[in-house]
Amino acid sequence: MPFGNTHNVLKLKYASSEEYPDLSQHNNHMAKILTPAIYERLRSKQTPSGFTLDDVIQTGIDNPGHPFIMTVGCVAGDEETYEVFKELLDPIIEDRHGGYKPTDKHKTDLNADNLKGGDDLDPNYVISSRVRTGRSIRGFCLPPHCSRGERRGVEKMSVEALDSLSGDLKGKYYALKNMTDAEQQQLIDDHFLFDKPVSPLLLASGMARDWPDGRGIWHNDTKTFLVWVNEEDHLRVISMQKGGNMKEVFNRFCTGLTKIETLFKDKGTSFMWNEHLGYVLTCPSNLGTGLRAGVHVKIPNMSKHAKFEEVLKRLRLQKRGTGGVDTAAVGGTFDISNADRLGFSEVELVQMVVDGVKLLVEMEKKLEKGQSIDDLMPAQK
Amino acid sequence: VTWVSSYVQSRQSRGSHSIHPSLPLRNCGNKAMANNFARILSGKRNVGIMSLIGAGSLTATFLLNREHVTAGAQVRRVYPASADYPDLRKHNNCMASHLTPAIYAKLVDKATPNGYTLDQAIQTGVDNPGHPFIKTVGMVAGDEESYEVFADLLDPVIKERHNGYDPQTMTHPTDLDSSKLKSGKFDERYVLSSRVRTGRSIRGLSLPPACTRAERREVEKVVVDALAGLKGDLAGTYYSLTHMTDQEQQQLIDDHFLFDKPVSPLLTCSGMARDWPDARGIWHNNTKTFLIWINEEDHTRVISMEKGGNMKRVFDRFCTGLKEVERLIQEKGWEFMWNERLGYILTCPSNLGTGLRAGVHVNLPKLSKDPRFTKILDNLRLQKRGTGGVDTAAVGSTFDISNLDRLGQSEVQLVQTVVDGVNYLIECEKKLEKGQDIKIPPPVRK
Repeated sequence: MPFGNTHNVLKLKYASSEEYPDLSQHNNHMAKILTPAIYERLRSKQTPSGFTLDDVIQTGIDNPGHPFIMTVGCVAGDEETYEVFKELLDPIIEDRHGGYKPTDKHKTDLNADNLKGGDDLDPNYVISSRVRTGRSIRGFCLPPHCSRGERRGVEKMSVEALDSLSGDLKGKYYALKNMTDAEQQQLIDDHFLFDKPVSPLLLASGMARDWPDGRGIWHNDTKTFLVWVNEEDHLRVISMQKGGNMKEVFNRFCTGLTKIETLFKDKGTSFMWNEHLGYVLTCPSNLGTGLRAGVHVKIPNMSKHAKFEEVLKRLRLQKRGTGGVDTAAVGGTFDISNADRLGFSEVELVQMVVDGVKLLVEMEKKLEKGQSIDDLMPAQK
Repeated sequence: VTWVSSYVQSRQSRGSHSIHPSLPLRNCGNKAMANNFARILSGKRNVGIMSLIGAGSLTATFLLNREHVTAGAQVRRVYPASADYPDLRKHNNCMASHLTPAIYAKLVDKATPNGYTLDQAIQTGVDNPGHPFIKTVGMVAGDEESYEVFADLLDPVIKERHNGYDPQTMTHPTDLDSSKLKSGKFDERYVLSSRVRTGRSIRGLSLPPACTRAERREVEKVVVDALAGLKGDLAGTYYSLTHMTDQEQQQLIDDHFLFDKPVSPLLTCSGMARDWPDARGIWHNNTKTFLIWINEEDHTRVISMEKGGNMKRVFDRFCTGLKEVERLIQEKGWEFMWNERLGYILTCPSNLGTGLRAGVHVNLPKLSKDPRFTKILDNLRLQKRGTGGVDTAAVGSTFDISNLDRLGQSEVQLVQTVVDGVNYLIECEKKLEKGQDIKIPPPVRK
């Protein structure tokens, strides 16, 4: 179970075949990769904090998945999960992240100056721009596994760091359990408030335990830099603003993150990171950069075009509804963001979004005029 | 093996009253009182012993190497208890009422021999603060030993929930002799259906919040094997949730037998819905009057029911069926979790003792509108629910009326309470129909 490793010993009394989960109805990365042999080899292992194989895969067992959408089906309980359960997680990572090999190295680049352009996306089409990522604090267990004391420790350390930000990053923390009604309403109106997850994908991993203890939202006074504490990850960091100036959004993102990281280093800790997996987060799908850079963009004509999916695929972009993951688009306005997380640097991913969205807007304009977009079709990135 | 010695220590600190239930000894009829360590070394799981000891050594070495865990402690502790103590200020459940920081600190380093911890037991109560008007229990047991190891918290919770029943001093009467029931046939102009349900747990296997997949499958196997031995009007068929055909599923829905994955966070937060629908299923007899749920909230839920008002026959079948199933599992060396302190052991402390809810669907159009209705029910030790079961509203004026109590009274006593109480309600209804006045009855002896 996610928050109690002690009875892994109990399971070992039974043969591996008796414990092996029934994955016959399942369609997720974990179910695709896990075999009885792998299960047998890994089931007696635990990370130093006691996270076990069954803890890793419980969410994937409880959520068979969807015939068309491939979920990951496993989570990490701490940084060492990715080492101890390598045999299972490496192939899952490879499958999820476009062939990323166990020997590959991930490049981190948070130098916003390296981004070309990005300040001129047409605001008649691009309604808002946003970059998000996650960070985990080294030495603490991740949300599926942390104790209440650890979660509060993460909160305390994060809030101390955030409180020392200054200038246009200066802001305030709102703990979920202490929020006034007025504060809550304001955060809802600003579209900042996150609530207890309802998705069984998340609940089954144990990350919603003790809600809302240790959870909160921090944002700067200008409401352009936002940090979620102890939701699906220790920290989710979001930079956003209305309009199409992705360059400015990314600048603030990089500046803010770098400052926060420095503050943590001053306190003797750091973010979970290594040169193979980049930034380490709860869900294997968010490894590497953990970065999703995206825009809300009005593309009613383009989105109805027969080649829309193909264009997105070639640009390495994905579409979502404006409510975020697993929502539908409203009135031709889509959330368009990078599909990749690992194996490309932050700058490279944001560059893909900037260039790709620029192209999509051009195509939209052509379609508005009744022209063909064939000569604009991009090559596969 | 470190965890065993810690458990023995915690047992020894519990005082002199006999707390340990008997053991599942293969092909052995006597119920020997022996301690839990002996249980591990005897009985059904001799085969598993060598691997257990092997795993234990593995764990012992492993634990000694973890710098933040002291040798001998089997629970991972990174922070002191005060840092991990839950914030229960907004909570209204029995667990929150009784979990003081002192009790938390005392129990948080303990685990049952299977490794179940306090944090696991209380998680559902931490995650579900409760409702200002409805007081939920707020904790579960992961195995039989939970009720011993965490007695410092569970005993006061049990006392509050079960009207002052003190597990430290009292004993619970078990009586499944249905011939003792008096006048159990209701007026069918009012009573539409009659039902008795309870739960049973298989000793030696962890309960749904904590069980491993192999244990859950073993529960299924043990119970289904036993049920296959039922004969006569108890003969029936098992429908596994995993392997059910669409047609079987539809039939079970039409019969109102099918249970589905729980959605209530009270249940899901305890971990009992893991691996759904693996090893879950429904068994019922051919005449559809005796039904068993396997691996839902408990190992088994046993239900006897019929249309109409013949509670006597429902209770007869209930007792006969239960005793038959018990006999059949004992033939194979298994038994139900039971002790004289707490009666039948189930996942939720609210279902200890008899685990019994005997009830009817009864039409009370006039009485249900009378302002004295609630008080009358209270004094009769009855509760009302909607006809969809717990947490549903009544449809029209048909109510589900059942016993309030579970522990401290025997099965016969509780069903008699329902029989007497429902008869009284029907009398009231008839009086009101004739324009006569009704009386609030004096409180029945609890």
